[in-house]
Amino acid sequence: MSNKLAKKYFRMDKLPHIWCPGCGHGILMRSVIQAIDNLGLNKDKVCVVSGIGCSSRAPGYLDFNTLHTTHGRALAFATGIKMANPDLHVIVVTGDGDSAAIGGNHLIHAARRNIDITTVVFNNNIYGMTGGQYSPTTPTGDKGTTAPYGNIDKNFDLCKLAKGAGSTYTGRATAYHANLITKLVQKGIENKGFSFIEALSVCPTYYGRKNKKGDASDMMKHLKDASINVKAIKNKTNENLEDKIIIGELYNSQEPEYTEQYKKIINRFKKER
Amino acid sequence: MIKQNEIRLSGSGGQGLILAGIILAEAALLDGKNAVQSQSYGPEARGGASKAEVIISENDINYPKVQKCDILLSLTEKACNKYLETLKTGGVLILDSSVDTPKRDDIKVFKLPIINTATEKLGKVMVSNIVALGALNGITDIVSAESLKKAVLSRVPRGTEDLNEKAFNEGLTLGKS
Amino acid sequence: MEKNNIKLMQGNEACVEGALAAGMNFFAGYPITPSTEIAEISSQRLPRFGGKFIQMEDEIASMAATIGGALTGAKAMTATSGPGFSLKQENIGYAAMAEIPCVIVNVQRGGPSTGLPTSPAQGDVMQAKWGTHGDHPIIALTPSSVKETFDTTVKAFNLAEKYRVPVVLLMDEVIAHMREKIEIPKKEDVEIMDRIKPDEDDVTYQAYEVKKGDIVPPMASFGEGFRYHVTGLVHDETGFPSNDTEVADKLIHRLVDKIDKNVDDISFYEEYKTNDIDTLIISYGSTARSAKTAVDMANNEGMNVGLFRPITIWPTLEKQIIDLAKKVDKIIVAEMNLGQYALEVERLASKYTQVHHLGKIDGDLITPNEILSKIKEV
Repeated sequence: MSNKLAKKYFRMDKLPHIWCPGCGHGILMRSVIQAIDNLGLNKDKVCVVSGIGCSSRAPGYLDFNTLHTTHGRALAFATGIKMANPDLHVIVVTGDGDSAAIGGNHLIHAARRNIDITTVVFNNNIYGMTGGQYSPTTPTGDKGTTAPYGNIDKNFDLCKLAKGAGSTYTGRATAYHANLITKLVQKGIENKGFSFIEALSVCPTYYGRKNKKGDASDMMKHLKDASINVKAIKNKTNENLEDKIIIGELYNSQEPEYTEQYKKIINRFKKER
Repeated sequence: MIKQNEIRLSGSGGQGLILAGIILAEAALLDGKNAVQSQSYGPEARGGASKAEVIISENDINYPKVQKCDILLSLTEKACNKYLETLKTGGVLILDSSVDTPKRDDIKVFKLPIINTATEKLGKVMVSNIVALGALNGITDIVSAESLKKAVLSRVPRGTEDLNEKAFNEGLTLGKS
Repeated sequence: MEKNNIKLMQGNEACVEGALAAGMNFFAGYPITPSTEIAEISSQRLPRFGGKFIQMEDEIASMAATIGGALTGAKAMTATSGPGFSLKQENIGYAAMAEIPCVIVNVQRGGPSTGLPTSPAQGDVMQAKWGTHGDHPIIALTPSSVKETFDTTVKAFNLAEKYRVPVVLLMDEVIAHMREKIEIPKKEDVEIMDRIKPDEDDVTYQAYEVKKGDIVPPMASFGEGFRYHVTGLVHDETGFPSNDTEVADKLIHRLVDKIDKNVDDISFYEEYKTNDIDTLIISYGSTARSAKTAVDMANNEGMNVGLFRPITIWPTLEKQIIDLAKKVDKIIVAEMNLGQYALEVERLASKYTQVHHLGKIDGDLITPNEILSKIKEV
């Protein structure tokens, strides 16, 4: 990482971070920072909100208004912040368990409101902080410490979930595709509405070891090999795509944003005041 | 003990008795008295037996619920049967004429065509509650007629003031006759 | 009814009026009987003043959003009842730990579980203090009339700001739904406290450092340029997490001490006819209204009975209870539960006097006659 970028946006005295060697989260965090830098946002007006888990430690290292909340609730706290002060750029950094299991209800309702929050899910397919239990994105059949005989749950397609719930911008990329993450986060922040970016990470410590996926570089290579850009799949059949990670901008639309709609209600009474 | 008047307005849900209770309490405040209004909430918002309670006093009102009442209004048979025993000896029972007169000789009973006046004379069953308030006050003079009329007019929906004023006057006449 | 600002008003309505008078400009809630009117009236009133109302997807989210709103500088409130109060607890603990000023109204209803949704109870006294995990500060106030609901809501906001704590307004269904006379004070007659904030140019600002002479750290709002970190983890004066045992010990003691050492400032209560008595009733909320009537009835019959009515439920009014306990032969604690505040009274008073309990959990308000009978029985 360029030292300049780090110095500008990191709380240097809080480093090194707590993530394991080979973890993909550091790359993802940098990609988010790059997006903020590209947009030239005023640091004082940026809030980064997280829940609990490995990904949720990210805000502590970042020099913004940062809020490390309770497990699963980042989007609910963030909704309060955005609603109370719509001038702030609110970015939620969360994980697969945090956003899709314990926080699933907040995810679908924040998406439904189309409130102007950009959510970046660092998806490592496992509960890392607690030591490797299966999560809503652990592929069916894979193992976790609480799925010793293989996971029988069907895993979530988070982007489809977010889009179905009303998110007006969704995209997916991986830690291997750092520049794409940056581009998607950047466009997500620019989108006036709820934006959802699934950022696939790697967890060699728990998910990788439990499922014999090799070391960090093997796992990164898998992200590279398994990914296919949404632009390139037009002529492919579903069968060809079964084991593929579809990356890129998946959905982008314009719909009324929540805090702007509320502002209209307030403005109705302005003349009376 | 401090003299306070305890009033129970009963009937079926949707007859507007809680609003009547609120209006009566507001009239008492306009008279410079204290008043507490409460109601029983059931899970059902409409239908069934419903009651509103009002306590009016010159002094502070502590215990806010009505136990034995001085005045009982019943617009339905069901409500009358349910609450009759809560009326004190010497109390005033005001019944709609559709309700059978109960067998109690220790109370004063006034049987008046409240609902009929609302439907036939005024053409709107929903002003039964205001007719009832007028009648209740015509009989008992519990608050000043002036305050009660003022309270009625400040609470009813805009555009229905004339109708409600008529309903109130009709009720007052019923009560005084 | 505008004459002299005297109105007939419901307790829930008075709560919102008090909150607005105190400066509430943010409300996040979820519908639940018997507190729903507080959300309804807030949704109607707030946008008219440029304030914000949001109905969240659940109780947990409304507590979270309330905290989020407060972090941007808003005076924030949420309202609920027993089941929702249970769900909010983790985030109430977060507010205690991260020192976020906010007000949580709990209109108590019969429990446990769904219980008696439309009936009064006072069964959440212990939950208000111990509902979240760990040792933490909390203030809980319980009004006994519509007028006092207004005043106590103002106090709740002021204390939340002054001590940077979640303050619980512990109402009950009777007070919430009854209508009675209230005179709304003029704006200039309502005392309002605001949180202390860092100087704009304070380059040494540490989010959780208490300056000499202050009770709590000054609180910057998100977006004002201080870019600090807030966490529910044990944190040091900078606000960043720490595993250090000394840091943990110091933090939790500071949080608890800011309330414990300022009890006098947080103590609100009423003593009614407590001179030269042999029997003392302790009762609060709507039950205290029955107790007051019972005291009058007993004294008319020649007995010597008085009432102590805590408005501050937490922290416990230890000094006042001990002083009174020393003067009377017996205490009767009357409350709509099976003995919650009574445990506090027993803890403090049983050394000096007999402590009896009158509890009721059937969904009806305790009557004056029931209290009178208990007085005669003991």
